[in-house]
Amino acid sequence: MRHYESVIIGGGSAGLAAAVALKKQGIGDIVILEKDGEPGGILEQCIHNGFGLQTFKEQLSGPAYAERFIRMAEELGVEIKLNTMAVGLTRGREVEYVNPEEGDVTVSADTVILAVGCYERPRGAIGIHGPRCAGVYTAGQAQKYLNIDGYMVGKRVFILGSGDIGLIMARRMTLEGAKVLGVAELMPYSSGLPRNMKQCLEDFGIPLYLSHTVTKTFGKSRLEKIELMEVDDNRQPVPGSEMYFDCDTLLLSVGLIPENHLADDAGIEMDPSTKGPVVDDSYMTSAEGIFACGNGLHVHDLVDFVSLQAERAGEGAARYIRAKREGTEAGERRVSVRPGENVSYTVPALVHPDSAWGNVEFFFRVKAPLDTVSVVIRGGGRVIRTIKKRKMIPSEMERVVLTKDVIAGLSGDVVISVEPQA
Amino acid sequence: MTEKELICVNCPIGCTVTVKMEGDEIISVTGNTCPKGEAYARKECIRPERILTSTVKIEGGTHRVLPVITSEEIPLDVMFEAMEEVRKVSVKAPVSEGDVIISNLLGTGADVVASRSMAAAD
Repeated sequence: MRHYESVIIGGGSAGLAAAVALKKQGIGDIVILEKDGEPGGILEQCIHNGFGLQTFKEQLSGPAYAERFIRMAEELGVEIKLNTMAVGLTRGREVEYVNPEEGDVTVSADTVILAVGCYERPRGAIGIHGPRCAGVYTAGQAQKYLNIDGYMVGKRVFILGSGDIGLIMARRMTLEGAKVLGVAELMPYSSGLPRNMKQCLEDFGIPLYLSHTVTKTFGKSRLEKIELMEVDDNRQPVPGSEMYFDCDTLLLSVGLIPENHLADDAGIEMDPSTKGPVVDDSYMTSAEGIFACGNGLHVHDLVDFVSLQAERAGEGAARYIRAKREGTEAGERRVSVRPGENVSYTVPALVHPDSAWGNVEFFFRVKAPLDTVSVVIRGGGRVIRTIKKRKMIPSEMERVVLTKDVIAGLSGDVVISVEPQA
Repeated sequence: MTEKELICVNCPIGCTVTVKMEGDEIISVTGNTCPKGEAYARKECIRPERILTSTVKIEGGTHRVLPVITSEEIPLDVMFEAMEEVRKVSVKAPVSEGDVIISNLLGTGADVVASRSMAAAD
């Protein structure tokens, strides 16, 4: 069986950054398994700008951002197997993959990095009543058809869900000549970034219906009409609030879920809030030598953060390989990092105080929009850091850093909460 | 004096920028975290500008369309006119990222450039 130092599953922004980090750490015998015909992942269809301001100090399109990492990977001699789908993973780090050249192959590895991305919540997950006619797409699916394959999916469009992909598609389809009739959001606030509300909806006068949802679809072979209703505080439709829109297309932008059947295969512990694996400060999962990063770990709004975390995962894998070789054990003592008041999750969820190797960035999201609050980080019940924030919203991932010294001195669990300013 | 609150669209941070104006004159810009935020706010109060991204047809490439981007912001009020220009264009593979596809789009001074490289199909 062919053995690698690292097998990276997924050649998108996370997999590429992890591979580059491994090579830079001197770990040479690595391979990326990419199911598509080219590397780059979801960035290839995200042709809009706004990527890379933190990583490259430039505003790039998605494909241009990906191309920078593809070039870095090429220059460092990273092997990428294209059209290659990983179909199995064991706790003992055996990876089974298939592709048209080699057929069905199993390889083993010192480390596996899961950089598998996420998938879109489909129609079936939200239970809209109506016939299964053509014309209902997830926003990302329509984005791929338009930006990669060059096909418009419709002319009169309604969008359910104010996620960023939905907002970006509202603008994109408007510019391509479609009439976007509106965007409905179940919650009383947008789930997309404020800049996308501005530049994708307001710029083009597209109405946003907050606290509304699509309750019915109508049509025979193709969608003809949708029913929109207001929802109450319990997200239940308000009788009598029905509105109807004639449209041939309904786009769904109702959430992303980490793609984790491989992690499940390996029996890796999952976080019910992120729906991705639980990882420590090296981005290692509960299975030794298996790491996770990118949207397959938790769904990001900034690719720059994906690259950053994937780099940490790559460095973590490199440290793990070196420690194995040198026979040095990682510190046994672990403290957990938990979400407190108003916080939905934290990544990473574990740190090793006795083998702290550097500053650790913690990423989290708030559960609901909040004004004039403090992020309070407690360790063993004691306040370690307080950061004042004017405004916090669920659609923006937050980041706090704890220094190496603070990590090394931790005596008990870390809790990150967002509280009213004292 | 009037006060306007804007959301900067330069990057996903989306700073809330406050602009104080006296008639048509900008008195102060606050709330931005980088110089791009100030430049954005100043333009936004006079004639809003945006980056345009789209695709153009490509012959002989690995895909049917090539993503393109304007080299700088163009006025928001010419977007649909700009799209008509973009739609007229067809290029031939191979293309390198940054190749100029349309120069000086509608006299705005901005070029439309390829936002990725695309090899010729085998």
